Amino acid sequence: MGNVLLQYATVLMLSIFVGIEIIAKVPSILHTPLMSGSNAIHGVILVGSMLVLGSATTNLEEVLGFLAVILATLNVVGGFVVTDRMLEMFKAKPAKASKKDEVAS
Amino acid sequence: MSRETLIDLLYLVAATTFIVALKALGSPKRARQGNLLAAVGMVIAIVATFFKHIDGHPLHHVGLIILGMVIGLIVAVPAARLVQMTAMPQLVAIFNGVGGGAAALVSITEFSHIHATHPATYVTLEVLLGVLIGTVSFSGSAIAYAKLQELMTGRPVTYPGQQIFNALFGLGALALIVAILVSGATALLWVLLALSFILGIAFVLPIGGADVPVLISLLNSFTGLAVAASGFTLGSNLLIVAGTLVGASGILLTRLMSKAMGRSLANVLFSAFGSATTASSSGGADQRPVRSGSPEDAGILMGFASRVAIIPGYGLAVAQAQHVLRELAEELESKGIEVFYAIHPVAGRMPGHMNVLLAEANVPYEQLLELDEANSELQTADVALVVGANDTVNPAASDDKSSPIYGMPIIHADLAENVIFLKRSMRPGFAGIENELLYNPKTTLVFGDAKDTLTKLVAAVKAN
Repeated sequence: MGNVLLQYATVLMLSIFVGIEIIAKVPSILHTPLMSGSNAIHGVILVGSMLVLGSATTNLEEVLGFLAVILATLNVVGGFVVTDRMLEMFKAKPAKASKKDEVAS
Repeated sequence: MSRETLIDLLYLVAATTFIVALKALGSPKRARQGNLLAAVGMVIAIVATFFKHIDGHPLHHVGLIILGMVIGLIVAVPAARLVQMTAMPQLVAIFNGVGGGAAALVSITEFSHIHATHPATYVTLEVLLGVLIGTVSFSGSAIAYAKLQELMTGRPVTYPGQQIFNALFGLGALALIVAILVSGATALLWVLLALSFILGIAFVLPIGGADVPVLISLLNSFTGLAVAASGFTLGSNLLIVAGTLVGASGILLTRLMSKAMGRSLANVLFSAFGSATTASSSGGADQRPVRSGSPEDAGILMGFASRVAIIPGYGLAVAQAQHVLRELAEELESKGIEVFYAIHPVAGRMPGHMNVLLAEANVPYEQLLELDEANSELQTADVALVVGANDTVNPAASDDKSSPIYGMPIIHADLAENVIFLKRSMRPGFAGIENELLYNPKTTLVFGDAKDTLTKLVAAVKAN
């Protein structure tokens, strides 16, 4: 059991450094989409929710697990859709700028 | 290859997409693909989980799982698709909160499942941390949502001895965790749940105004950590990796965001920003004379300019006036007047808010200048048009050492020859601080709804 814990701790430590390294240089206009995108990623708790509901043996566990699945689905789905909507508008910029150029020339 | 190995391999693929996605989200060009990639990784992980065996059995309650997902989908998709751009920050807050709630529930459920087998102390510790952090994130996000949605005051809520109270709540939760670990009294878990819930509310109440987005970023990071804690309990590398990534990057992002406002994170979280000064400064200040004018006056002023700087803020988003604003800019340009937009990094209620809003109105990207560039260009501008901005052009941030926003970089609208300030009323802005710029002799105030006033401005510019 101790070995398993050590393995998880290793994964934890490496993930901390990757997480910090990955966003060290982000322009401030992308702070909000980044926050929203990572919000969607922690929706992976849905996998955990499925596992606890999938192994539930008492009524209490079933109720709690079912609630967890609903909440986690809201997190995942809402998170990705909102982020996409935000970024959709960023994408529009270069396209519109080039259209502008065509009109000008 | 065995079934479980294959599933673990798919989890590894999913974890990898999350890392690549987070990296891509930091670059304007690849951000959208990054988000889609993470969504694909998520679907892979979810589908793989359906085939997982637990203790040698396939997943129970598959019907219930699917039903829960369908309910979640039916609620989340319309909410996320239909909500106004101005309401985005609170939507992020609520989706974050439910994630924290789910993490806490997973920890509790798993604990209820295994506690009869007398799990090792560290397993219990992971559960308790998951419950504590997840619940704080849940109730804290709910309050942040209520503040942004204006279901309650957006201002900091303070009372005497608040810091001490909050410290006691926090220490109480930690003491309870120790007590549960030592005594093994698992019924206390429910007490911890209740205490965490109150702690989340108490922690968030004194944070208000422009600081709420920073707070949401911090709570987002908390949810990540809660997910990582459930990952330990469930023995899932995927949850540990994804949760920790979000937790670590979230803390860093929170610090970057508070830096963009010129303040430290501790200052954002614990200073009950802007609550005290409102009372002290509003008394003497509102008697002073201001110069106000009609939209026509402002139109004439702009008609004679050769360079106009537009400084947008949250009021523009509220009035949904971005399209009229672009019309005005185009009208000015057709008269040979040069126009640029001065964008403050924290203008609006989330960083990048103005960029998103103006992009929606098809404002050319190259007209948007960031803080430093905007300030050097403002020196040669004839007119600075402030639309719905307030705190981000408040000179107190650079002049008045006693001001709570002292040290925040601002857009120096007063560098321009003239300032036209579109304002709904004399009320102070989001942070609740009096704005000296309103009383500057260079400033002409035009009162009214931003969209309305801008429409009149377009007509006025057209006419002369």
